[in-house]
Amino acid sequence: MENKAPVQVLKEKFPDAILGMDDFRGDLSIRVKGDNLLSICKSLREDERTDMDLLLDLCGVHYPQKDHQFEVVYHLYSLTKKHHLRLKVPLKESDGSVESVIPVWKTANWFEREAYDLFGIKFKNHPNLRRLLCHENFKGHALRKDYPPDLRHPCHEVVDLITDNTIENPEDREFFETGEKPPRREGYIVNIGPSHPATHGTLRIQVLMDGETIVRAEQEIGYLHRCFEKMAETHDYYGVMPYTDRLNYCSSFMNNVGYAMAVEKLMGIEIPPRARYIRVILSEFSRIMDHLTCIGPNLVDLGALTNYWYTFQPREEIYGLLESCCGGRLTVAYARIGGLTFDVPEDFEAQCRAVLKMIPPLITDVDKLNKVNPIFQKRTREVGVMSAEDAIQWGWTGPCLRAAGVPYDVRKAHPYYDYDKYDFDIPVGTIGDTYDRYLVRMEEIRQSIRIIDQYLEHLPGGPVQTDDLKVNLPPKDAVYNKMEEMIYHFKLVMHGILPPEGEVYSFTEGANGELGYYIVSDGTKNPYRIKVRPPCFPVFQAFGPMIEGLMIADAVATLGSINIIAGELDR
Amino acid sequence: MENPGKEKYRSICKDVVELTAPNQRFVMAFLVGLRVTIGHFLKRFPATKKNRVCIQYPEEKRNYSERFRGVHILTKRENGDPKCVACYMCATICPAECIYIEAGEHPDPDIEKYPTVFNIDMLRCVLCGFCVDACPEEAIIMSKELELHYEGRAESIFDKDRLMNRRSLTESPTLGYRPYFNQKPVFHNPEK
Repeated sequence: MENKAPVQVLKEKFPDAILGMDDFRGDLSIRVKGDNLLSICKSLREDERTDMDLLLDLCGVHYPQKDHQFEVVYHLYSLTKKHHLRLKVPLKESDGSVESVIPVWKTANWFEREAYDLFGIKFKNHPNLRRLLCHENFKGHALRKDYPPDLRHPCHEVVDLITDNTIENPEDREFFETGEKPPRREGYIVNIGPSHPATHGTLRIQVLMDGETIVRAEQEIGYLHRCFEKMAETHDYYGVMPYTDRLNYCSSFMNNVGYAMAVEKLMGIEIPPRARYIRVILSEFSRIMDHLTCIGPNLVDLGALTNYWYTFQPREEIYGLLESCCGGRLTVAYARIGGLTFDVPEDFEAQCRAVLKMIPPLITDVDKLNKVNPIFQKRTREVGVMSAEDAIQWGWTGPCLRAAGVPYDVRKAHPYYDYDKYDFDIPVGTIGDTYDRYLVRMEEIRQSIRIIDQYLEHLPGGPVQTDDLKVNLPPKDAVYNKMEEMIYHFKLVMHGILPPEGEVYSFTEGANGELGYYIVSDGTKNPYRIKVRPPCFPVFQAFGPMIEGLMIADAVATLGSINIIAGELDR
Repeated sequence: MENPGKEKYRSICKDVVELTAPNQRFVMAFLVGLRVTIGHFLKRFPATKKNRVCIQYPEEKRNYSERFRGVHILTKRENGDPKCVACYMCATICPAECIYIEAGEHPDPDIEKYPTVFNIDMLRCVLCGFCVDACPEEAIIMSKELELHYEGRAESIFDKDRLMNRRSLTESPTLGYRPYFNQKPVFHNPEK
């Protein structure tokens, strides 16, 4: 622990700031004083030994029983050095504040607003510290431990995101100096959403238009906010599983897997190889489904309706496959802590192969219709460009980051579930426009097919659950007939899974990017705090600046291509 | 072949055709598009059931597996009483908190408890199947029924009688998720 780069850098530069260190389950976590947080973050970002260029997550944790009321937790990652760091800043008073880290990572903006909204933690020098997920009429801070989970606040007000509708641009200023034309003119404000066919979810974007061009755009989210994190705190570890289905509902199985992996990491248990392989196979199917759900409607937004039928055909079949495994099509709830609910059906491999066989011709047809089509190219090339540096600044991950040309994929950088044993490529784009994102997603579908093919070939036999009866429900015939198993069954249902005290951050490659779960456990049956790192959240945060200077139709094309899933965005 | 699993990132934008002579390429793209769509049309022609992609719901329905998680069923004993022993395991594990049970003493001394009230609020239920996993008596199982309609909130709360005597159960393969879904259930049908 002592010789890890972040520790060395901090010890060298800020020896007084370190309050404590910990590497529970291999997660390096350092507690620092909040006094000069900004310079600590700056040196972690700039020092070439640490090079923490990605702020993955920022959240608060409330500890009413401890001597410090709050902890602000930063999850940092270095794309070049490939190491993680958890930085924790304790806050003594309930209305205390820490410095905002927006100057170091732009993506901190919304994360800090979220922490302010849900905990009431204030961030000094934040340019726009308003509520983010809850509405303006909301009273109190939902994730504080003394806030009752069933309290409701009706909302009666609509807030204008853009209040100032005057437009000023450099040309105007020149005119002002020569005195020929009025310096400012009025633009008009257009609302896109929250219920709009092009948003594919409940999002609201307010744009200030100058003729046909967007001058400024502000996003508002939270229309689908159910406070997953508060609900998770009121349920046991087992019962959180169906809630994770409803984060990214286009690839719900991947959320299951991410959550199960996080709890398994917290408890330090290994799952049987067959469960690992089935998890990968169905996750890759979910990834295909998610990409198809992105590409199809995105092309419909551009006016290419035919593609929708071709992309949704395999999607239906994958839903059928999932249903034959677990009994649910959309909300699968298939993974369990320690494995899977039950084994896949006997004809699983044949079913998978049948679905795999039907995807490539349809994908090829979609490519034939679009890839070299001049209309499609004109609508998408150099539209909604996000450069590599900006994408990293905004904390992007997943296909959108790779489209910008940054080679980072959790499956390659930190392989889990034997991803390092099999052969597949990760497509990387060049300039990060809508066209690149389309190409990357299409290629990822092909690579997922390759992955599934290899995993199916090497699918091992054996059980799909750990035999640890403190984690998994025992088999039913044992429950009906044997006393000991009956007692374990009863214990597990009534008292839940009891992981050790500690905290972990576990991450997988979700369909939209890095899906992280940060779990704090206090040793009881309910999680003390679960924070999801939703991949959509940082992506959508950058959407406003991204569409400035574009036209409305281009903004719609861009929005479709970054694949925003409201369930995951708002949680 | 290269080392499998080695970090391999591949740039994909190199092979893309540049935008040159758009008018000429527009005609080409138009023809290619027509070829693809007409090809699909011919592949699906004539629109027999085998060729169709769409399912003509509600006349036709998708075949669901034996694991399908539909509306619950409370199983019965030989004499028509519920098998449930009111142990509250399903109500405890339910992540949506939709099961409400009131226990009563059973006249038969071999059976200690039985539910006097057993309600499932179907508006809250998320059909996750956890109650079936938790049940130690195979007293609650699921059907394949998925179409639900109510004309009021009160109607959405399924009580014991409604969960035990389901009309659809007399029609043959309607049983969904239950322990050992591939075998015959222990479900007892008094009408037989």
